[in-house]
Amino acid sequence: MIFERFPCKTGANRAKPKGQSRPDKTPVQNEDRMTPIKSLTTALLLGLASLVALPAQAELNITIDSPVIEPMPFAVPDFIDEGGAGDYATNIARVVAADLAGTGLFIETPKDAYISRVTSFDAPIAYADWQAINTQALITGAVQAGGDRIVVKFRLYDVASGQPLGDGLQFAGTPQSWRRMAHKVADAVYSRITGEGRYFDSRVVYVAESGPKNQRQKRLGVMDYDGANVQYLTDSSSIVLAPRFSPNGDRILFTSYASGFPAIYLMDVGSLKTRNLGEVPGTMTFAPRFSPDGNTVVFSLEKGGNSDIYAMDIGSGQMNQLTNAPSIETSPSFSPDGSKIVFESDRSGTQQIYIMSARGGEAVRVSGGKGRYSTPVWSPRGDMIAFTKQNEGRFHIGVMLTDGGEERLLTASFLDEGPTWAPNGRVIMFTRESAGASGQAGMMSVDISGRNLRQIPTEGPASDPSWSPLLP
Amino acid sequence: MTMLPKIVLLVAALGLTACKNPDRYGANGPSGANGGAGAGYVNTNGLGDPSDPRSIAYFNQSVGDRVLFPVDQSTLTAEARGVLAGQAGWLATNADYAIIIEGHADEQGTREYNLALGARRAAAVQDFLIAQGVSPSRMRTISYGKERPIEVCSDEGCYAKNRRAVTVLSMGAGA
Repeated sequence: MIFERFPCKTGANRAKPKGQSRPDKTPVQNEDRMTPIKSLTTALLLGLASLVALPAQAELNITIDSPVIEPMPFAVPDFIDEGGAGDYATNIARVVAADLAGTGLFIETPKDAYISRVTSFDAPIAYADWQAINTQALITGAVQAGGDRIVVKFRLYDVASGQPLGDGLQFAGTPQSWRRMAHKVADAVYSRITGEGRYFDSRVVYVAESGPKNQRQKRLGVMDYDGANVQYLTDSSSIVLAPRFSPNGDRILFTSYASGFPAIYLMDVGSLKTRNLGEVPGTMTFAPRFSPDGNTVVFSLEKGGNSDIYAMDIGSGQMNQLTNAPSIETSPSFSPDGSKIVFESDRSGTQQIYIMSARGGEAVRVSGGKGRYSTPVWSPRGDMIAFTKQNEGRFHIGVMLTDGGEERLLTASFLDEGPTWAPNGRVIMFTRESAGASGQAGMMSVDISGRNLRQIPTEGPASDPSWSPLLP
Repeated sequence: MTMLPKIVLLVAALGLTACKNPDRYGANGPSGANGGAGAGYVNTNGLGDPSDPRSIAYFNQSVGDRVLFPVDQSTLTAEARGVLAGQAGWLATNADYAIIIEGHADEQGTREYNLALGARRAAAVQDFLIAQGVSPSRMRTISYGKERPIEVCSDEGCYAKNRRAVTVLSMGAGA
């Protein structure tokens, strides 16, 4: 999908929320891919001045790390059909609403509560009507469709202060990409209000499961982050495990029994062309992950019962052994700057988390609490490590700082494992499996505050999610 | 060798498929020398006559095709060593069989660790059999981690049976 650029109009009434320092100070990436549209005429300077004067709670602003979050009421009336939009006008609005409500930070104002109707994208907003039903954020939009092109635009309004929040944005793509456009609208709204990076416009590769527990069939699937738009990448003829997206989403690493023995494979997402990454007879390779530049794979190689961590240059196939210990070393994950690798090892007697240089060498243990720690994954922000923890017969997904400090367990169940980070480093998806003969795997997501635990809707049982980067 | 030609043919055919793809848990259900979960003790799938001491069925049932491990362990118990000594003796007199040793784990662990743990268990069995004189060239190991339990309940009674290494035979060693 190509988002077209439109001539940039002035963003004069860009009313930035001014709350206190935000967790993510980096400017929202990629917003330039969407084009500001001419803003409603308002008393801009006046508006800004009054905004400064307003007390903090009057601003449209959610700080996710507050101890208590009261979800912000929002309204997304069906987008205006500006020609040929058909069902897209409603469907896009619905996906925007689902994205926002799905964060647990927003709550949708029911449509039957609406007092005023939005009949034109450029008509003035009847703020009092939205204030009266306690909506705080109003999102209006319009869709125009024709031929192989669909154009979506939207505006976000701060109802309480009676003015737009940020520029209106407009972008275009193919009709097939309508959900992505909805995700982009929701991403812009989410990002403006929370100050967090975007993540709705992303994909997840995972393992789709079927069949009984002792004969589980597994195949790779890829879906939108919310479970929609499923595409299967392999059939179920061999066991496949733990796929991982490349840093730009163009390739997938996974472990497969296709040759009869478990080994790591590299798949091109566009062509589905797959190759074995150099199986060494008599060994098992597993637990692959990309380096941040996408050129190197770190993985475990087992020989004679002992698993160590290796790095392989994808282009040349050149391998480099990074650990050399009689214990199990596995689940390596690079730091976002590529300088370090976090991994698990049972060298102390139980699984614990260690960090070493990306070139190998001495490793420092970072997990220090009770129980066993495994499947560490470095946050895309670089500040945290997500992990699986087993303690007293329960499994947890948790996060900790990279020095092991401030450990926080986000979940607890019979079996939770394998966290993966949303592109904004704010949300974690993982596998939860239920107990017993009829036990099944599913995928859940949770905010790193521990709030908003949700099941990802999938066609059938599913496991081993790996989140893509934000789509271009 | 005094085996009936019929049996040899049958076993050889099985051996071919087993050699081609040791994943006897593939998409088409249990296949291959030991049958699959719980089904391996019935002489209905070409394992030979269990009363024939040279048959795979005899090996599976009378010698014992598997050993079990304590939680998170890959060290062989005394009982396991006894079973494996019996396997080594049988394999010495039945030298035509190729051997794949499967390592398995119960579900109380993370996927990748359990793959490594299964490999450790399979290697422990392989090392023991090598020490008992079984030729390394006849053997390969494979780990299934927690992917292929034979018992599906979620308590120790099932877990204990899933923490196993299984010696899977097929005809055609090194040939």
